[in-house]
Amino acid sequence: MDAVVVDRVFFSYDEVPVLKGVSLRVRLGEVLAIMGENGAGKTTLIRHFNGLLKPKRGRVLVFGVDTREVSVAQLSRKVGIVFQNPDHQLFAESVEKEVEFALRNMDYPEEGVKERVEQVLRLLDLEKYRSRSPYSLSVGERKRLTIAAILSYDPDVLVLDEPTAGQDFINKMRIKGLIESLKAQRKAVVIVTHDVEFAAQTADRVVLMVSGEIVCEGPAREILTAPELVMKSRLSMPQIAYSALLLRRRGVALPDTPMLPDELCSELIKLVRQNVA
Amino acid sequence: MSQVSFKYAGAREYAIRDVNFSAGPREYVLLVGPSGCGKSTLLRVLNGLIPHFYSGEFKGEARVAGLDVSRTPTHVLARHVGMVFQDPENQLFLSSVEREIAFGLENMGLPRREVRRRVEEVVRLFELEELRYRAPYELSGGQQQRVAIASVMALEPEILVMDEPTANLDPASALEILSLVAELVEERGILAIVVEHRLEIALQYATRLVVMDAGRLVADGDPREMLEKVGNLVGWPPVVRAYELLKSWGLRMPGPPLTPEEFVNSFLKEVKLSGCSGSG
Repeated sequence: MDAVVVDRVFFSYDEVPVLKGVSLRVRLGEVLAIMGENGAGKTTLIRHFNGLLKPKRGRVLVFGVDTREVSVAQLSRKVGIVFQNPDHQLFAESVEKEVEFALRNMDYPEEGVKERVEQVLRLLDLEKYRSRSPYSLSVGERKRLTIAAILSYDPDVLVLDEPTAGQDFINKMRIKGLIESLKAQRKAVVIVTHDVEFAAQTADRVVLMVSGEIVCEGPAREILTAPELVMKSRLSMPQIAYSALLLRRRGVALPDTPMLPDELCSELIKLVRQNVA
Repeated sequence: MSQVSFKYAGAREYAIRDVNFSAGPREYVLLVGPSGCGKSTLLRVLNGLIPHFYSGEFKGEARVAGLDVSRTPTHVLARHVGMVFQDPENQLFLSSVEREIAFGLENMGLPRREVRRRVEEVVRLFELEELRYRAPYELSGGQQQRVAIASVMALEPEILVMDEPTANLDPASALEILSLVAELVEERGILAIVVEHRLEIALQYATRLVVMDAGRLVADGDPREMLEKVGNLVGWPPVVRAYELLKSWGLRMPGPPLTPEEFVNSFLKEVKLSGCSGSG
């Protein structure tokens, strides 16, 4: 069964249309990237996934249940959303309490709370801050704390809005590892991101949005290596995909469309060896 | 800066330690390093927030535009150092783009005619003609960041300091902002100091790369030369990774490349594949 089904959804804020007939499926065991320029409607779309917003027309199903028929609290157990600005989600007096609160709020068995808090703080490299106030942390750390809080109660669908903004290289790799392990656990992971390199490394499928509509959808490789699509949504191509495009224009016969350094390099080395032989 | 160290009140460790750094006009300095390495602290010294607003232990000497930071009030430093942050919304608060640009100039006590002259100049320079009567909150993130830079540049600072200016922007807007800064460096001869995590978009404009780790400067110099040393600390952009991979397989290329174009050019220069054009 699809985790989330968005079916011809229209939504507007005060008569201003933001979503204009969006349809989309989110599957378990898959990483889906929603991309597009600022103001395309990406954040409005993911707010429909746990019922924070209800469609004006059309419907959203979460594991088969219409979001209008259940409470946000019930939906949140299944769909955890980490918003772009962590400050909208943090309120406890310490890092540790923030995660404890999320667990208790979701009726996590009391005897397991302490251990689970330890686990997720370690996973996101936050143990050393356990007693600090969330507000004393940097933006990147606060973002990781909201991820920890949501991750703690183990929702089936995890939605991350701009997970890499403000994260340094090491933490970006940590978040990438986390997404891979969630995928291996057959969770559905949705990322909203401007970071094309991160999408190239993590996403299975990419959806491009332009002014409230999905303009295309497909395997990440197909979408992120198509120059016209990428231009239309104010993205840039991953550096490797762009290098491959330039090489082709100069007559290099690359058989595939590489997106990552090792993919491109193994093809180039093959060509060099053929050439020598 | 010579031998600058700072420890925040109540902290055990120094946030920055024995920093020696000097930069001048026409430099585009890209400042990178892991979270918590001291980048933000360093920026706070440049505009005098350290030592004037943050209490703690300040050592060494910092001179900005010839002024001793510990003896110069921040409002005087502000005329020489313009700051732009990650989230332009926090920086813009007036009812129109034009008002926003005039505000800082009026605050400096400039005569009305001069205020008007400078507003006209930056509106033209930053191509804000169509946006000048609109409210900043109605604008896109990229446009807001452009307005934030314009209102800072109206004060004609010699130094422009930016803390992750493109973190919330789509790639096209991010490139527009960073190349705009490159133009200011070239045409107006300012010094730009830019903190960015995404090297793949920022590196191509930098004339110099400075890397910090645990409060110290660990690399400072030509971007290409510094890059090879610091991959484990700040992560290589994909084309540099590809270059390093080919190198490890025995293919020698001039580099490392800062852009896909450079990568492709140096690959084709090194390897003569049959049927391929050697020049672009």
